[in-house]
Amino acid sequence: MYGYHGKYLRINLTEGTCKVENLDLELAKKWVGGRGLGTKFFVDEVDPLVDALSPENKLIAVTGPMTGTTAPTGGRYMVVTKSPLTGTIASSNSGGYWGAELKFAGYDMIIVEGKSDKPVYVMIEDEKVEIRDASHVWGKVTSDTTRTLMKEIPEKSRVMTIGPAGEKQSLMAAVMNEESRAAGRSGVGAVMGSKNLKAVTVRGTKKVAVANEEELKEVIKTCNTKIRENGVTGQGLPAYGTAVLVNIINENGAFPVNNFQSSQFPGAENISGELLAEKYLVKKDPCYRCPIACGRYTKVDDIEGGGPEYETIWAFGGDCGVDDMGAIIKANYWCNEMGLDTISTGTTIAAAMELNQKGLLKDENLGGVPLEFGSAEAIVEWTKKIGMREGLGDKMADGSYRLCDAFGVPELSMSVKKQELPAYDPRGIQGQGLSYATSNRGGCHVRGYMISPEILGLPEKLDRFALEDKAPWTKIFQDFTAFIDSSGLCLFTSFAMGAPDYAAMFNAIVGAELDGNGVLEAGERIYNLERVFNLAAGITPAEDTLPKRLLEDEIPEGPSKGLVNQLSKMLPEYYELRGWGTDGVPSKERKDQLGL
Amino acid sequence: MEVKIRLFATLREGRGKVLSKDFEAGVTPGLIIEDLGIPEEEVAILLVNGRDGDLEQALEDGDVVSIFPPVGGG
Ligand code: SF4
Repeated sequence: MYGYHGKYLRINLTEGTCKVENLDLELAKKWVGGRGLGTKFFVDEVDPLVDALSPENKLIAVTGPMTGTTAPTGGRYMVVTKSPLTGTIASSNSGGYWGAELKFAGYDMIIVEGKSDKPVYVMIEDEKVEIRDASHVWGKVTSDTTRTLMKEIPEKSRVMTIGPAGEKQSLMAAVMNEESRAAGRSGVGAVMGSKNLKAVTVRGTKKVAVANEEELKEVIKTCNTKIRENGVTGQGLPAYGTAVLVNIINENGAFPVNNFQSSQFPGAENISGELLAEKYLVKKDPCYRCPIACGRYTKVDDIEGGGPEYETIWAFGGDCGVDDMGAIIKANYWCNEMGLDTISTGTTIAAAMELNQKGLLKDENLGGVPLEFGSAEAIVEWTKKIGMREGLGDKMADGSYRLCDAFGVPELSMSVKKQELPAYDPRGIQGQGLSYATSNRGGCHVRGYMISPEILGLPEKLDRFALEDKAPWTKIFQDFTAFIDSSGLCLFTSFAMGAPDYAAMFNAIVGAELDGNGVLEAGERIYNLERVFNLAAGITPAEDTLPKRLLEDEIPEGPSKGLVNQLSKMLPEYYELRGWGTDGVPSKERKDQLGL
Repeated sequence: MEVKIRLFATLREGRGKVLSKDFEAGVTPGLIIEDLGIPEEEVAILLVNGRDGDLEQALEDGDVVSIFPPVGGG
């Protein structure tokens, strides 16, 4: 078997058992790996109506065929489960080194089932797999857990863990690895916490066999040249990280401010990628075999660590009205330590700030900590309180939708399917709005990054205000992304690489005969499987929508002034292209075509 | 007439962040980048008053031109 080991681990925490099972190669190829393969297993094994925080939910950590190979950025893995935040299928991607290490240990994925009656962690060292007591690290933050475990596990192990937020089942809890890399979104950390599983450590010494070494060398050479020569992956991301987007999105007047009340931030320059590079950057912090190295390692006062990313800077910065980069770095640090998703945490604080602004929090326990837009203290202190579920932080830990709903104003939650929207105002970027509304895991930018054509002009420039052509572009981006998320490579390679490049890489590694269209078809199959699961889980097509504010309230000022998102004019065409019928349900013909 | 030019990322090196300059009527973003010694292929995103701009468009007094090299993220 090439690309895959053909083996995975099934860990049952109720029974306390670890079994090695065989992976069917044809099934693996059809669903690629990562997001696709994990979703296929999940859908086949779990009732879509399962309570996401019950022992009956499963958590799958799954690599792709390119993970652990010599392919550039081939270190990624996916955490697939049912999301307690959205009720949809969740698949959260992470970089770093853990995914590659799992592959070195000889496994394509691990499936975690049941629930332990006390805190445990799983230690993997090649064939040796043990469920161990974790009571001594329960309650510890990410860095402390990682460093404590490192003393009792094989040298050079990689540690994936949850922080206090995951233990306390915050619906915004992330799964962390290498201390600052996160499978961040959709509350996957809460599922781990609900199983009393604190960490999974892994050390491996095996190589991943590939079908054609010579061919792979050639393909990698071609792709590395493309990555190096592309302005974004060769210059922009290495020099500034993702934070370089702050000024770009803000200049376009699509950088949401104060919980999307306006969309151009006067303090943008103070939280820009340029400033981060000038004042706070210590070094780059790349993932496994990554020639792009967008990861940042920063320091402020006595705090240092990985990040912050663009989305994080926006969530705690513009969206909370804060123009203090030092405070943002600290808030990001505490998200990593608590094991919290930075997007949902920052934007939930922003939503709470709006509740406060509207006078709805008068009777709440704020513990003397400010909760006003613009407060640098607020973003740091509320992050900690959310992580520990203290005071109002307890309600905030379940995300902005449940928070705002508790005060009778769910419309103040800037979320889709209860997951918080990221850093692009879809009123000023129409196609991104369609992509948000139809994302299979709720509010998310990396399920179909329409910013690429609408703002960055990659692979070609679309008019961001126009409605025509947005449906087909969104569909293609979504399908393409589903494949990349399944392959084991980082999505950022797609700034430089096209579908035929991924096909060539897949073929050389797995020994298949896929072409560019095959890449998109495999992605479409995955997208539809997720959709079918969501429908069965009770997520109706009526939820393919955006917050009322973004559909009805015009952007008050700046270059996108006067605009709302015109979703209803794009959605019917999108459904039609997807073969989903006017009711948004995949037709039998399309499902048959895709082999579902 | 006066045009404000905002530069970002690597384009700032040796040029600064914001420049306000007097130009003859009819000046275009194309002429401005030539004046600043920025090679055309280094201009990936060009905005005039925050909206998609064109290298050949005639600018007006008070316009703000934002210029980015190839950068991106997500
Ligand atoms: S581009 Fe950035 S996120 Fe992607 S693999 Fe490289 S360092 Fe990690």
